[in-house]
Amino acid sequence: MSWVSKTLSSTLGKKLIMALTGLFLILFLIGHVSGNTLLFKNDGGEAFNIYAKFMTTNPAVKLLSYITYISVLAHVVYSIILTKSNKTARPIGYAISKSETNSAWSSRNMGVLGTIVLIFIVIHLQGFWYKMHWGNLPMVEYNGEQYKDLFAIVQFAFQQEWLVALYVLSMVFLGFHLSHGFSSAFQTLGLNHVKYSPAIKKIGLAFSIIVPALFASMPLYIYFMY
Amino acid sequence: MNLTLKIWRQKNNSDKGGFKEYKIGGISKDMSFLEMLDVLNEELSEKGEDPVHFDHDCREGICGMCSLYINGKPHGPQQTTTCQLHMRSFNDGETITIEPWRAKAFPVMKDLVVDRSAFDRIIQAGGYVSVNTGGVPDANEIPIPKTLADQAMDAAQCIGCGACVAACKNASAMLFTSAKISQLALLPQGQVERKRRAEQMVAQMDAEGFGACTNTGACEAECPKSISITNIARMNREYFTAVVSSNNL
Ligand code: SF4
Ligand code: FES
Repeated sequence: MSWVSKTLSSTLGKKLIMALTGLFLILFLIGHVSGNTLLFKNDGGEAFNIYAKFMTTNPAVKLLSYITYISVLAHVVYSIILTKSNKTARPIGYAISKSETNSAWSSRNMGVLGTIVLIFIVIHLQGFWYKMHWGNLPMVEYNGEQYKDLFAIVQFAFQQEWLVALYVLSMVFLGFHLSHGFSSAFQTLGLNHVKYSPAIKKIGLAFSIIVPALFASMPLYIYFMY
Repeated sequence: MNLTLKIWRQKNNSDKGGFKEYKIGGISKDMSFLEMLDVLNEELSEKGEDPVHFDHDCREGICGMCSLYINGKPHGPQQTTTCQLHMRSFNDGETITIEPWRAKAFPVMKDLVVDRSAFDRIIQAGGYVSVNTGGVPDANEIPIPKTLADQAMDAAQCIGCGACVAACKNASAMLFTSAKISQLALLPQGQVERKRRAEQMVAQMDAEGFGACTNTGACEAECPKSISITNIARMNREYFTAVVSSNNL
């Protein structure tokens, strides 16, 4: 075994993959949430549709999107591998365990939270991403150029109460996942220091509230405004 | 105090084991937890029953031999070793559940006794330093900054009890291993084997079948010696630096 594969198959190596892919996905969330704020622009979806076309055709964005797919996949696969080996590390459990006295609920339930987020991602991709790429979308014209009217799809989708509720609820779970994942990734990378760790903790907490809240406000906005 | 004890009894490593209930009376609040178990064992011996086996040695909180998962927490309700736990932490009439450490790498030998030699093998893999032979070196010959000495001493507080493994939902030994790697990596004396130590101790930790840390922080909250998870971050740094820079292909 080469030193690279040996390292990546060690517990620390697998944790490193979880941390790096997790951090990349955090960056992705920043990009995704900033772009989508165009939904709030009161222009009948023009800015959003132009942005959507750019995001699906620009080669640099394409490359980033492939890294995102790989990151999601690796994050999921390695979480399964780690969860399995962590379960075998304790074949017989305790009759009584007061783990709530020593650790945060979200930190102990990252697998459950992540699974919920993953299910959400599948539903979300199927609803918008798939339609944008391969669906039969109505077209609109801005300044003589043709654009797919993704905004119309978004508008239509979020007229349905159940879907809005599903999105808002999923964002709550994403928030809990991030509330542990953000600072945990830095700890795994070995970045723990009296000088900046308190800041990482605070930023992580703020991130896990603000970003999911912004995402959740989008379906709510569409539902109430249109 | 009158108590009901629910204790894990297991004849040997291959026995399935199970809980057994014991009623015990006349326990003083000032007794230590292990003294309470001594009273129980005396009663059991008088009745000709097999006493409850549990690990202990110094009973001063320094050797790390005592274990016991008491009422859902390693070393019981206080952040101390089981031998330093006193009956005043419990209420009269309470039911106390006592279990062994649970981890694949810590097999139960009998009742509450588990085999923690996995820790010894992690130490053997790299928890040592090279020293010069010859005359006795002068004290304080090597200057060490006070801050570093303090950090190394904090890490060296680890008594190898295994409560971190017991508390961790993944039965991970990273708090222990990181404390041992840190105490030597921080000091000038530990530089010679620094990279090899990180690589080999982590490899041994994995080979023993401990789980992978998910940074819940349960270990540091339960550690009787308050070993901090900043040591785990240091171990990760030591390990990642070692694998990309050592000559060990
Ligand atoms: S780190 Fe703490 S809990 Fe773990 S073995 Fe050392 S003293 Fe015990
Ligand atoms: S018996 Fe030595 S630390 Fe408890």
